Amino acid sequence: MKHPTPKATRHVNQNEGLIFEKSSPGKAAWKLPPLDVPEVDTAKLLGEAERKDLGHMPEVSEIEIIRHFTRLSTWNYAIDLGMYPLGSCTMKYNPRVNEAVARVEGIANGHPYQPEKISQGALRIIKTLSECLIEITGMDAITLQPAAGAHGEMTGLLMVRAYHESKGNARKKILIPDSAHGTNPATAAMVGYAVENLKSDSRGMVDIASLQAQMNEDVAALMLTNPNTLGVFEQDIHKIADILHAKGGLLYMDGANMNALVGKVRPGDFGVDVMHLNLHKTFSTPHGGGGPGSGPVAIKKALEPFLPKPVVVTKPDGTLGFEYNRPHSVGRVRAFYGNFGMFVRALAYIQANGPDGLRQTTEDAVLNANYIRKGLEGTYDLPYSTPTMHEVVFSDKVQAKKGVRTMDIAKRLIDYGFHPYTTAFPLIVPGALMIEPTESESKEEMDLFIDAMKSIAQEVEEDAQTVLDAPHSTRVSRLDETAAARKPVLRWKLA
Amino acid sequence: MRYLPKSPADRDAMMKAIGVRSVDDLFAPIPAEYRLNRDLNIPRQMAESEIVDFFRQRSRENGDGYTSFLGAGAYFHYRPVIIDSLISRGEFLTAYTPYQAEISQGTLQSIFEFQTMVCELTGMEVANASMYDGSTGAAEAVMMAVRLTGRRSVVVARSLHPEYREVLGTYATHQGMPLTTVGFADNGRIDLKELEQSITPETACVLIQSPNFFGTIEDVDAIGEIAHKHGAMLVVSIAEAVSLGIVEPPRQADIIAMEAQSFGVPLGFGGPYCGVIATREKYVRQMPGRLVGQTVDKQGKRGFVLTLATREQHIRREKATSNICTNQALVALMVNIFMTVYGKVGLKELAKQNLAKTAYAASQFGKHGKVLFAGSPRFNEFVVTTSEDPYAVNSRLLGHKIVGGLPLRKFYPELGNAALWCCTELTTRSAIDTAAGLIAESERSVRTAKEEVEEVAR
Repeated sequence: MKHPTPKATRHVNQNEGLIFEKSSPGKAAWKLPPLDVPEVDTAKLLGEAERKDLGHMPEVSEIEIIRHFTRLSTWNYAIDLGMYPLGSCTMKYNPRVNEAVARVEGIANGHPYQPEKISQGALRIIKTLSECLIEITGMDAITLQPAAGAHGEMTGLLMVRAYHESKGNARKKILIPDSAHGTNPATAAMVGYAVENLKSDSRGMVDIASLQAQMNEDVAALMLTNPNTLGVFEQDIHKIADILHAKGGLLYMDGANMNALVGKVRPGDFGVDVMHLNLHKTFSTPHGGGGPGSGPVAIKKALEPFLPKPVVVTKPDGTLGFEYNRPHSVGRVRAFYGNFGMFVRALAYIQANGPDGLRQTTEDAVLNANYIRKGLEGTYDLPYSTPTMHEVVFSDKVQAKKGVRTMDIAKRLIDYGFHPYTTAFPLIVPGALMIEPTESESKEEMDLFIDAMKSIAQEVEEDAQTVLDAPHSTRVSRLDETAAARKPVLRWKLA
Repeated sequence: MRYLPKSPADRDAMMKAIGVRSVDDLFAPIPAEYRLNRDLNIPRQMAESEIVDFFRQRSRENGDGYTSFLGAGAYFHYRPVIIDSLISRGEFLTAYTPYQAEISQGTLQSIFEFQTMVCELTGMEVANASMYDGSTGAAEAVMMAVRLTGRRSVVVARSLHPEYREVLGTYATHQGMPLTTVGFADNGRIDLKELEQSITPETACVLIQSPNFFGTIEDVDAIGEIAHKHGAMLVVSIAEAVSLGIVEPPRQADIIAMEAQSFGVPLGFGGPYCGVIATREKYVRQMPGRLVGQTVDKQGKRGFVLTLATREQHIRREKATSNICTNQALVALMVNIFMTVYGKVGLKELAKQNLAKTAYAASQFGKHGKVLFAGSPRFNEFVVTTSEDPYAVNSRLLGHKIVGGLPLRKFYPELGNAALWCCTELTTRSAIDTAAGLIAESERSVRTAKEEVEEVAR
């Protein structure tokens, strides 16, 4: 037997209702210390502003809360359980030392407005992480203020806009390849730019002739993901940069796929002017069911005056402080200084790796994606044969002939004990299966995944209905999303 | 590298399977001239014990062991232990956005409960799964009002958190949304007359904060009436969520943008926090951010899914309600657990303790300094004016390991020597008494100095 232990087995897990259904008056999970100041008459202090009733807030005991959330947690899939090959999402291991150091007293309880004199620790963390990220990207300066990738995109485009305005013309549009993440066009719109699509060529890369034709003095920037969402490195990257720069445009790089590059190549060295990073992808901070993230924006010197304020500076006495006097700044994009807790985690990750570890990480991520590509080539259609970096995109072309689409295969994968890959994205591949294993997967785990995918392909041939009805082993079967959207029930109400 | 699960033999076997001789062959698509042929100039690989030491050292340099009277949008409340026990479960911590509902029911149900509790506390009908924070949430709420009314200009209270105002300014710049600021009256509340004059037929919404930046509870009824009379919406920002335990929520609001950090989220030097937008059901399709809805599976069993995604960027691209993708899910889970722990009765008692501590502190401080805006109800913050520069007062306090109130001159030059103080359930009477004593000392020393000057003058 090739694998002595199969990937997954069914086992009993607990049912659990909504917390409101467990509530009854008189139960409590809290206890306040005795008040050491005089009691107050709330009616007198607050008058009409006094609240009398808190509605249907729950009343439950501590053990019930522990069981409630523990039971809910067992209904989730997680990286801690196994491979989570969501393309473009970089679901890598989240080291636990990161969590431990983020909870050290002075770091967890630091107030954003405490005097700089007693904030040197936090400022040092910001400074050190900034320096590391500048070196890793090959850029000149950075802001850590944006709260997530899309927020970073907005910040980056605000700086692009400020840069052009300083030259007397804000320009009108942003070029975005058809393979881009949805956040790119949504962001351009928020910054007041029109979006112009740029088509990909037969290799899945930016079509240079189209770029040349579409580039003019109205274009503020090109937003490019590199490697792009096909997992393909834009080989003509410098030509792309030159075409933009020749007409005064800027090259924005969406750093969502930076996991393919760290320690091997630096965007600053291949012509990028501004880019964002996702600390929750490349730098191992946990996704936590959808967030928090952190989206630092790294830039070239020419954009430095426009950084959001404040920026961290070294003062004449050698201590660190915030500089607010930044007349050309695009302003603030968030209160305080960003998702600081994520900075702590990202720095701990960089320290645990060092230069050699980061390079090996990137190499393993690319090695893993290529291993999966090799393992599944022939079983699934590979629409672009261009070399793969950190992720590989197949299509459901073969399986679609039997009426099975990418989402069906994804759902069947759940029965095999894996989280699905990203489905139906990028948009330029109809029926896409976008697979990013990251460096965190062992050869054994990937062999299991490849076997599962092959087995599903075989099922499609022999018994397509099993795949179409999947998943079969989860606590709920496929959910009625249409009904959910038609008559939205977005909160519990007392029956 | 201890996070990488491969032996050299594994790598060799994989390369052989792929058909490459070295891993560098896999990087061949990157033009050689850009490849980095040296080590990154970053700190060397460190052992776990060294990493822990590094951050403990930074912690010691970071106000560890101080008692603080700072609030101003970031509040120090007690965090029940079970919050971290539960959010540390890998199934919550290391899961992605719950797009695959069948294996994400834990996250989805918890968000559904979060949305419900936010509705109960704010008096709204729907709430989203979270926004980045209170500042960006307020800006997005304003943009939502602009879409809903088809009007473009915005009236903002000057008593809204100054950094929230800055963020709104950044967001508004390129969307053609002119902002008008309305000042506050002597009672610390928005100047109603000025408000009335500032609203035009082009005003999409009025944005206020309550309790406002000074801790003063606004007369939301009166403000709502003025806004609605002119066809504008009322958007209310709530920065101190614990206030909802004892302060009537702004039920007249059309949209509420809340910062829920007070509910179990560490101060963390300013983030990550948890914004959330709540509104009326009829406005839900213009709401930004993720939403979880209840539905059934093929067997009719209750389940939860992400819903109304046609508002979002991955479907609508440049026509989406917002570009937001990643939100603050794990932080929202902290908030959810906190709300569950305190619940219907605990939240009220917690809020009452905040109120009592603050009332006591204001009465003690008032004996020496001048407490501003005393005529209006407040929650857990108050403004004190001292004769001495508050930075000087604070540096005296710092010597006693106390971080004093936030000097307001930076944001409100007209308030001179005023500072914003905050008390929570964690502020002890002895800390309040010590701080009050030091303020008394400062007042005495200023008085003595003044008398000496007068003496010389005579």
